[in-house]
This record gives sequence, structure tokens and C-alpha cells, in this order.
Amino acid sequence: MALWKTDQTFYPSPRMAMQAPREKLAYVAVFNPDASNGRPDAICVLDTDPQSPSYGQVVGRVEMPYAGDELHHFGWNACSAALCPYAPHPHVERRYLIVPGLRSSRIHIIDTKPDPRNPQIVKVIEPEELARRSGYSRPHTIHCGPDAIYVSALGTPDGEGPGGLFLLDHDSFDVLGRWEVDRGSQYLAYDFWWHLGYDVAITSEWGTPKMVEHGLQPDLLLGGKYGHALHLWDLRKRRHLQALDLGAEHQMALELRPAHDPTRAYGFVGVVVSNKDLTGSIWLWHRANGGWGVKKIIEIPAEPADPEQLPPALKPFKAVPPLITDINLSLDDRFLYIACFGTGDLQQWDVSDPFNPKLTGKVRLGGIVSHAPHPKGGALNGGSQMLELSRDGRRIYLSNSLYGAWDTQFFPEGIRGWVTIVNARPGGGLEVDPDFFVPFTGERAHQVRLEGGDSSSDSYCYP
Amino acid sequence: MSESWPWLAVALLGAYHGADPSMGWLFAVALGLQERRRTKVIEALFPIAIGHLLSLALVVGSILLAMRPAPRQVRLLGAAALIAFGVFRLWRPRMHPRWVAMRVNLIELGAWSFLMATAHGAGLMLFPILLNLGAARVALHSHHDAMVLAETAHSGLSVAQTGGIILLHTAAMLIVMGVIAYAVYEWAGLKILRTAWINLDLIWAGALIIAGVLSLII
Repeated sequence: MALWKTDQTFYPSPRMAMQAPREKLAYVAVFNPDASNGRPDAICVLDTDPQSPSYGQVVGRVEMPYAGDELHHFGWNACSAALCPYAPHPHVERRYLIVPGLRSSRIHIIDTKPDPRNPQIVKVIEPEELARRSGYSRPHTIHCGPDAIYVSALGTPDGEGPGGLFLLDHDSFDVLGRWEVDRGSQYLAYDFWWHLGYDVAITSEWGTPKMVEHGLQPDLLLGGKYGHALHLWDLRKRRHLQALDLGAEHQMALELRPAHDPTRAYGFVGVVVSNKDLTGSIWLWHRANGGWGVKKIIEIPAEPADPEQLPPALKPFKAVPPLITDINLSLDDRFLYIACFGTGDLQQWDVSDPFNPKLTGKVRLGGIVSHAPHPKGGALNGGSQMLELSRDGRRIYLSNSLYGAWDTQFFPEGIRGWVTIVNARPGGGLEVDPDFFVPFTGERAHQVRLEGGDSSSDSYCYP
Repeated sequence: MSESWPWLAVALLGAYHGADPSMGWLFAVALGLQERRRTKVIEALFPIAIGHLLSLALVVGSILLAMRPAPRQVRLLGAAALIAFGVFRLWRPRMHPRWVAMRVNLIELGAWSFLMATAHGAGLMLFPILLNLGAARVALHSHHDAMVLAETAHSGLSVAQTGGIILLHTAAMLIVMGVIAYAVYEWAGLKILRTAWINLDLIWAGALIIAGVLSLII
């Protein structure tokens, strides 16, 4: 449906989006780890308005039509990229959530209007249709682009590669087909985003479905077989431009956070673990010599631990790896947030000078050994994992599960799901919100998306 | 009065296209902001105007050439095309060339503008005005000479008049586009994209249909 005026959740620039009103609702992907009980995954609606009597509670829930989807990441149908000057359509609505099942490859289109607390499924794209039209399977990241909805996929229906990108139509949500014209050396896929001001897309690497769906494979990890490169693409010609190899030691280059300001051509990627010393690292990609370069800018060490307290997979190492599984960048490109699933750390770094980051804040929630507590939730398991930052940069929404088959390897006792808020002070510094703590009994919370947009939902064409 | 209003309409349509953010001024501002250079904004406006002009020339030229041998059929065809196009734009308001690019050179910028103007139906909208100007000319000459009447009834507009229409339209567009682009870049800021950008696509679709109906009446 077309609006008469520009959708008021669209902002021309990230600077303006920081002035947006505070989110009153959050949507969270909730995953049922035991699909054999027949209970489907759901999108839950959290009340995030401190003035509301139901603040900090689940106020809505929409269940998927089948069990076993493994809801993971999701995104909006439209965002501020609709204001881009070459293909503007500002009168579409930010209204539908595009919610893929990472295991089932089913894509759900969920309408958050007319009642945002009671969203409804309006369309389901079956895995067969996705495969037929794009050749892909295991859809992951969603970004609303200037001309279509872009989705990444881990691989092909038989569980192999290559993974890549496909497009969904803005209006009908039909699968439009594979995105790449020439994929060059790219084979593995995971996350993607872009520098709209430079017509450049960037993709990262995890593993094919066969490499990840049965748990983390120690032989692949030690052999350096998981993804360890970034790929830069011509967004317009859909051609591979350059691969940036971080080195096989640096296993699993996952979340990509390009600078929000479209005139800045740099960004950050988190590497889960080094197979040499179990450190996690953050790398900066940037323009160099007419092409692109990449440099390690942050290294977070593993923490020595008593093997008795470690799960079988980690006992031989006598240490807890930080496991950097999610990162997020504030809309002013000033603070980078790093979630360490292994230790439970959430770290805040000032990256105003991206080559010289400074640690400005740290809290710990959960963790393999520490089980760091929340004032309201007590001792926690799982660890700081998916994080979403409010547009004003003040609140980090944090959840604690990674991926069904991998959760069990690090937390054999099973993960008790939760979502909480960590507050960020404007000049730097973090503190756990003592009031907002949402437990999920028998379920695990994954990605959080905020009403009206957040710090990883929108792309901007103006500085 | 009856002789000047078609020219006024031509200029107003140009001004309208100049004001529509999706027709070019916004692209010029974006390119200026990307390079942090105000001269870039001005530099970008000219290829956008030329692309728009070429689209008009193509559509208007085709209409006039077709009108020469078959004025009656072209009137019906043009009216039908306007109405059909208006309905299509109501039905699929966001169908436009998919052009994902901020890094454009001046020729690509002109090509983009040409495509946007054509897909928008910018030239087609001039159809009722062309009909009217053609008819006015016929009326003007009718008491002079039967020979002239016979000639102009078929040929419609002279080359000079056609050129005048296209230039007037484009000049009006360029002036409005330039004023808005400059104001937004220098002081108004992009917040007006949130406050003042009404759904011009809807208005335009309605206007196309009205123009189609008018073409049948005048």
C-alpha cells in the first residue's frame, strides 16, 4: 500500500536517524531447539516502552506454520534506502518482516500492521520455490536495498556451495533470482552489506550447509576450512572485484558492519576464532592503492580455564575462546560493539579513528565458565551473542543463543534463552539494565529487530 | 489567452518535473554531498536536463510524425495510451528502471534522466497540449487561405514551435531543479525529504488519465 507522505521511519542520513523517537516495541526471533515436540519457532513482540505497564514483557507472538525452521536473522521489507536518489520510492511502508528459516529455507513474510503487537503471516515462500528461482538454500541475512530486498544464502539445496545472494521483489516478495553475474573466487557465504556511495557490496564467509548443520567440525576448524575471506563486488554490474583473505588461521569471518556514512569507505568484520591461539579478532577493510585492503585492529585473547569447567570440545585447550559472533556499529560510526559468546563479554570500542580503536566499556553476561549473572535473571548461561543497537545509540538489546547445533557444543547443559538491555552512556561506557530481562522457557532468543529500525536495519545514501 | 495557455502549461509541466525529487534534483544533491562539492551539484543538473530534453524530443517527435498522415487515429491512440499509462502507474507505482548506482559519469547521468523521464511519461503528458497547439494554429490560419488550412491541419506544428515547446519545458525544469537543489544543498537540508515529499507518483498517474480524457475532448 502506498503512503501519501514519506514513511516517517525513513531518514535520509544516519545522523538524522539518530534523532528518531525511541522504539516502543522489539521483535525477536525465538527458536525451539527441540523440534521433535512439534512446537514451531516464533517471532515474539517485546514491550520496550518504559512508560507502559507491560514494559519488559512479551506482548505478542506469531508462530510459524511448521516446526523446525530455525529462525535466525530477519529484516524489514523497506528502509531508508528507499530515499536513494536514483530509484526513490519513499511512499512504501516499513511494514513487513522478512523472516527466513535457516534450516528449513522457508521464508515467512510477516505483516506488523495494523496491530504491531499482533503480527500476522501473510505469505510463505517454500524452499522449493527459492531453489527453483535462485538455486540457493539456507537464507540468512536480509537487507532492504534501493531496488529490491537482498538476501544472502549459505549454499545450494543439496547442502553444498556456492552460497550467495538472491533478490526478492519489493512489492510481491517473489524471488527474483540469483544476484551474482560473475562470482569470481567466491564460494562460501554468510553475511553481506554495501557501501551505497561507492556502488560496492561486500560479502563474508562461514561454511556450506554441510559444514555447519551438524555442529562445529573440529577437523574443518583445525584445517582452516571454514571461511576466512571477504569479497568485494561491483554492486551495479554484480561482478566480483576482489577477495581479501585474512589467512586460514582466522576462522569464520562473519558479521559485516560498513560505516553508515555513505562517503566513508571502510567497515568492520568480526572473526570468530583463530585456530592457532583461540583469539577472536576484528578487522578493518578500507580503500588502499585503488583497491581495498584489510587490517587486524582488535584482538581479544582466550581466557585460561580449569578443564573441569569446560565442555568436551574445549577441554584440551584449557581455555575459553572469546568467540566473536556478532558486532554492531553505532549510526555515527563512533562505537563498535563486540559480543563474545564464549566469555559472555559485550565490549564497546571507540572507532572514531578506525585504525586505532580504544576500549571504552565492557560488561559480562553468561559465558561458558563465568555464567555471569543479571540482577534480575540470576546466573546466566549462553553468552552475549546477538546484539542490536537502538538508533540513538543508547540501548543494546542482547540475546544469548548462537545456532542450535553449535549451542550444545559450548553449553552441553542446553541454553536457557533470554533478552536483556545494556545501556550505553553517550560518551562511552556500558551498564546492564537492571529492569529489562525477558526469559524464554524452553526456547532460545536470537536476532532482535526494533520498531522503526535499528543500527543494522537501514542503509543510507546521504551523509 | 487561448493562444498562451498551452505554452504556460508546457512551462508548468517542466516546473513540476523540476520539483519532483525522483526526476533529478535529488540525484544532483546526493552527488554533491558524496563529493562534498557544491559545483558537483550544478555540474550534475545539466546532463539531467539534457536527458530529460532528449526523452521529450523522442516522444514529441514521434507523436508529431505520426500525426502527419493520421491525425484522427493518433488522437485516439494518444488518448488511450495516456489513460492506459496512468492506470498502469496507479497499479504499479514503483515500476521504473532499476538503476543501482551512485558512481555515475555525466553521460550515465544523462542516460538515467532519459530513462526516468521516459518511464515517467513526461513527453506523453504533452500530448493534449500538442493537439491543442495544432488546432489553434489551424484556427488562426483558417480565414486566410484554404491552402494553408489544408496543409497545417495535417502537419500540426512547425519544427520551430516543436523545438520551442521542448526547450521551454526543459528550461522551466532546469530553473526549478536548480533552485531547489541549491536551496537543499546550501541550507534547507534533506529533512524536507521526510516532511515535504508527498506522493507525486499518485498525482502524476491521475494527471495522465485526465490528460488522456482531455485529449479526446479538445
